[in-house]
Amino acid sequence: MTWKQVFTSSVGKKLVMGFTGIFLILFLLVHVSLNACIWANDGGKMFNAGAHFMGANVVPRILEIGLFAGLILHIIQGLMLEFSNRSKRGVAYANNYGNKGSKWYSRSMGILGTLILLFLILHMSNFWFPNRSHQNFMLGEEIDLYAKMKTTFSELWVVIVYVLGCLSLGYHLAHGFQSAFKTMGVHNKKYNQILTSIGYGFSVIITVAFVMMPLSFYLGWLS
Amino acid sequence: MEHYNMNLTVKVWRQKNSKDKGGFVSYQVKDISSEMSFLEMIDVLNEKLIVEGGEPIAFDHDCREGICGQCSLYINGKPHGPWMANTTCQLHMRAFKDGDTIVVEPWRAGAFPVIKDLMVDRSAFDRIIQAGGYISVNTGNAVDGNSLPINKDHADASFAAAMCIGCGACVAACKNSSAMLFLSAKVSHLALLPQGEPERKSRVLNMVAQMDKEGFGACTNTGACEATCPKEISISNIARLNKEYLFSSLSSDK
Ligand code: HEM
Ligand code: SF4
Ligand code: FES
Repeated sequence: MTWKQVFTSSVGKKLVMGFTGIFLILFLLVHVSLNACIWANDGGKMFNAGAHFMGANVVPRILEIGLFAGLILHIIQGLMLEFSNRSKRGVAYANNYGNKGSKWYSRSMGILGTLILLFLILHMSNFWFPNRSHQNFMLGEEIDLYAKMKTTFSELWVVIVYVLGCLSLGYHLAHGFQSAFKTMGVHNKKYNQILTSIGYGFSVIITVAFVMMPLSFYLGWLS
Repeated sequence: MEHYNMNLTVKVWRQKNSKDKGGFVSYQVKDISSEMSFLEMIDVLNEKLIVEGGEPIAFDHDCREGICGQCSLYINGKPHGPWMANTTCQLHMRAFKDGDTIVVEPWRAGAFPVIKDLMVDRSAFDRIIQAGGYISVNTGNAVDGNSLPINKDHADASFAAAMCIGCGACVAACKNSSAMLFLSAKVSHLALLPQGEPERKSRVLNMVAQMDKEGFGACTNTGACEATCPKEISISNIARLNKEYLFSSLSSDK
C-alpha cells in the first residue's frame, strides 16, 4: 500500500480530516487563552503584549504557516469529501427517517464548516490582514489590536455575525472533537466516553468564551 | 396480544429493470391479519396481482427467520421498518393499524443499483468479502478447538461483530451511503481472533480499497448505521477498523 493509495482511500482522507481537525483544536486552545487577556480590563496592555509575542516572534510566525497549511488541507479535503459523499445515493428516498440515531450537527459538518469558512474570511479581514499588511508581512511593527477590536465590535451586525460564526464552530466541534478520535482509531469504550464528555465541555467553553469577546466590547464592559 | 384484521394502502416502488425510471404505485390490501409477517402481507398482495393478471412485486428474501440478510426494504422511511434491532422478515403486521398507508422503497445507494422493483444488487458486498474477508486454513483433520487459547473479551467482541448478516441496512440509512459499519464488522470479526492474524494487515487494506472501488461513501461517524442495524453491530467497530487501517498502512512492507 503506497502512501498515495493510503491517503486517497476513504479511510485515509478521513484520517487527514481527523489529524488536521485536532491540530486546529490545539490552535483554538492557544487562540482563546491569549484572547482571554482582554478581560484583564487593563486597556489592552496584557492582550497587546501577548499579541505582540505571537506576531513579532519568528517561532509563532513559522507555526502560523503550518496553521494555514493545516486549515487549507482541512477545508479542501472536507469540502471534497462532502461533495463526494453527497453524490453516492443517486435516487433520493421519498420518505426518510433513516437518520434516526444520528444528531443533526453530525450530519451537517460540511454546512457548519462552510459557515465557519465564511466567518473566517470576515474575521481575517478584520484583524489578521490589516495587522500583517501593516507589518509588510514580515516581523515589523504591529497595529493596536485591542483598539481595533473595540472599533470593530462597536457595530451590531459584526457582533451578530461573530456570534453566529462561533455557534457554528461550537456545533462543528461538538461532533468533530469526539469523531476525530474515533477516526484516529480510539475504539476503547472507557476512552471514548471520556473523550465525548471532554469534547462537549470543550465545545461549550470555546463557544461561550469566543461569543463573550465581541459582546464584552459591544456592551461596554471593557474600557 | 389481541388479534385484529386491517385494510391498508401500500405504496410500492415499481421499476421494470435497472434502466427503467420507476415510480410509486398504490395498492389496497384487505383483511390483513396482525399476526402476519410483513413479507406475508406482500405475498398476499402478489397473489392478488397474479390473479388479476398483473406483474408481482419483486423483493429479496430467503430464510424469513432473521439470519440470512437477504430481506431489505425501506419501510415508512426506515430500513427494515419501524422496529429496532429487527429484519424486515421479522417485522409483523401488528406494527401497523387499520387504515395505515405504508410506503415501501428499495435500498437507495449508487453501489446498490435496483435490479427490479424492491430488489437491489448487493454483490458489491460479496466483492468486498472476496477482497479479504477470509482466513487461510490448512486442509486435513480439524484441529482441536481448545488447543488455541483465545482471550474471552476478544472472543465476545468478535462474535458480536460476526453477527452482521450483510443486509446493507447500514448503507441504506447512512447519509453518505457508506459501507463502513458492514466492513468494520467483517474486519473486527477476524482481526480479534488468532485465526485472522496471518492476513490481518492485507485484509483491512484490500477490503477498504475494494469498498472505495464499489462507490460507497466515506464515514462521518454520524451513528445512523448503528441505530438501524438489525444485529446491533456497534459503531465502535468502525473506530477499530480505522485503527487497523492506520497501523496496517504504516507497517505494511510496500
Ligand atoms: C477552526 C476551525 C475548525 C476546526 C477546529 C475544525 C475541526 C474539525 C474536526 C475536529 C473534525 C472531525 C474530524 C473527524 O471526524 O475525523 C472536523 C470535520 C470536518 N470539518 Fe472542520 N474544523 C474547522 C473548520 C472547518 C472549515 C472551515 C471547514 C470547511 C469549509 C470544515 C469542514 C469540515 C468537514 C466537512 C468535516 C467532516 C469531514 C468528515 O468527517 O468526513 N471545517 N472539523
Ligand atoms: S452491519 Fe448491520 S446493517 Fe450493516 S450489513 Fe451488517 S447486519 Fe446489516
Ligand atoms: S429473509 Fe433472511 S434475514 Fe430476512
